Amino acid sequence: MDNGTSWNSEPMRLKVGLAEMLKGGVIMDVVTADHARIAEDAGAVAVMALERVPADIRKEGGVARMSDPALIEEIMATVSIPVMAKCRIGHFAEAQILQEMGVDYIDESEVLTPADEAHHVAKLGFKTPFVCGATNLGEALRRIGEGATMIRTKGEAGTGDIIEAVRHLRAINRDMALIGQLSEMELMAEAKRLQAPYELVKNVHEHGKLPVPKFTAGGVATPADASLLMQLGAEAVFVGSGIFKASEPAKVADAIVKAVAHFDKPSELLAVSKGLGAPMASIAVGDLEEQQKLAGRGW
Amino acid sequence: MRIGILALQGAVAPHQAKLAALGVEAPAVREAAGLEGLDGLILPGGESTTFLKLIGHFGLAQPLKAFAETRPLWGVCAGTILLARRVENPSQRSLGILPFTVRRNGYGRQNESFIAGFELRLPGRPAVSQEGVFIRAPHVTARDDGVQVLGEHEGWPVALQYGRHLATTFHPELSEAGHLHRYFIALCEDASQRRASG
Repeated sequence: MDNGTSWNSEPMRLKVGLAEMLKGGVIMDVVTADHARIAEDAGAVAVMALERVPADIRKEGGVARMSDPALIEEIMATVSIPVMAKCRIGHFAEAQILQEMGVDYIDESEVLTPADEAHHVAKLGFKTPFVCGATNLGEALRRIGEGATMIRTKGEAGTGDIIEAVRHLRAINRDMALIGQLSEMELMAEAKRLQAPYELVKNVHEHGKLPVPKFTAGGVATPADASLLMQLGAEAVFVGSGIFKASEPAKVADAIVKAVAHFDKPSELLAVSKGLGAPMASIAVGDLEEQQKLAGRGW
Repeated sequence: MRIGILALQGAVAPHQAKLAALGVEAPAVREAAGLEGLDGLILPGGESTTFLKLIGHFGLAQPLKAFAETRPLWGVCAGTILLARRVENPSQRSLGILPFTVRRNGYGRQNESFIAGFELRLPGRPAVSQEGVFIRAPHVTARDDGVQVLGEHEGWPVALQYGRHLATTFHPELSEAGHLHRYFIALCEDASQRRASG
């Protein structure tokens, strides 16, 4: 049965396949075609097209929705690398529009205002692949169960504070290591504890990793931040406000690409970290009220 | 036998797994020093614009061209774009090692990515059926006479050989079959013997 739901089905292999090609790269948030060109020139493997970066969404408040398709199309026409775009959690009509437009990946994102308080998009039915955020392993496996073929940590978008991305990455790693040590008879209880599909818990037990690439996002502001997350096991890095809210976006973009390519080489990290100008205006996550945090969105 | 994988970015691990299963050591190569002692090098799938940027930054263009003088290279998808003499859609720089022209994203965007079978004709071996995983793959739109076509899909050359070098527009590392990895190992062994006797 090649209905797109098994790991060896053609749709799944193509969706995971594209994510595989983005590994070791940097995916950058862009709000204009000019930004997209700067990102591509700096060596981004993909861009995320949106109307406002998370820092501005946070500042301006209100309802954050899918971007104007005309803007996304302009960015698609400008760069040759893959273009991703965001839909609201559970907003399958926005996802249908993004698929119709032909974006390369859809991010069902907590950065936008959720459209459904209980359900995420049923992603298996789409031809266009999806990336979803997660704060822990149970959440990651629920999203994969719905059809996400790339997982990213949520972190706390738009803050420039890396602590949440680190927390989420460590939580996912810790629970995966635990599953590896369990006996087969303990897996159902673990699936119950994680509120995750049993088959996927079993898959993690057998393979020692997620069945899809594990990327990271949320709060990356410097090359060192990107390296930290790569060293903690992330396979690629999304940078949101960290580039175009910095005083010298092209320099920061260039430096983060190099830092991810040589994430475990301190001499290279030192070289690229110098003279990057002022980083984005940041907010310590500890100073945020609970309702100001975006990572809690998602079910 | 040691075959490196250019690991600036992209699908490095699947090639390493394929080669390890065939008993070949496959170190990740990120700088010129890593090319020393290798019998061949795979330029994997990923984003060609990112590769170009990092090849420039890490001063890899000349070392890669020098390496290609005596050792086999295998470009896969983005790797093929890097090796081509000319690149279109858009026009961009390349290493210019293989005398053909590629058109990036020839089939379209991700929604047009596909998996299809075709006949693979490796020199000196019986023709076999090969699965091709095409992800935002390029088209080879023109080529010099010396470029051998080892496989086509819907009229487009998808597997090519030029002397000791190999190029595929699809991703053999994402399929079960190991024909192309075995063939590339044979090309590396052959080149290694020539160097020893030359």
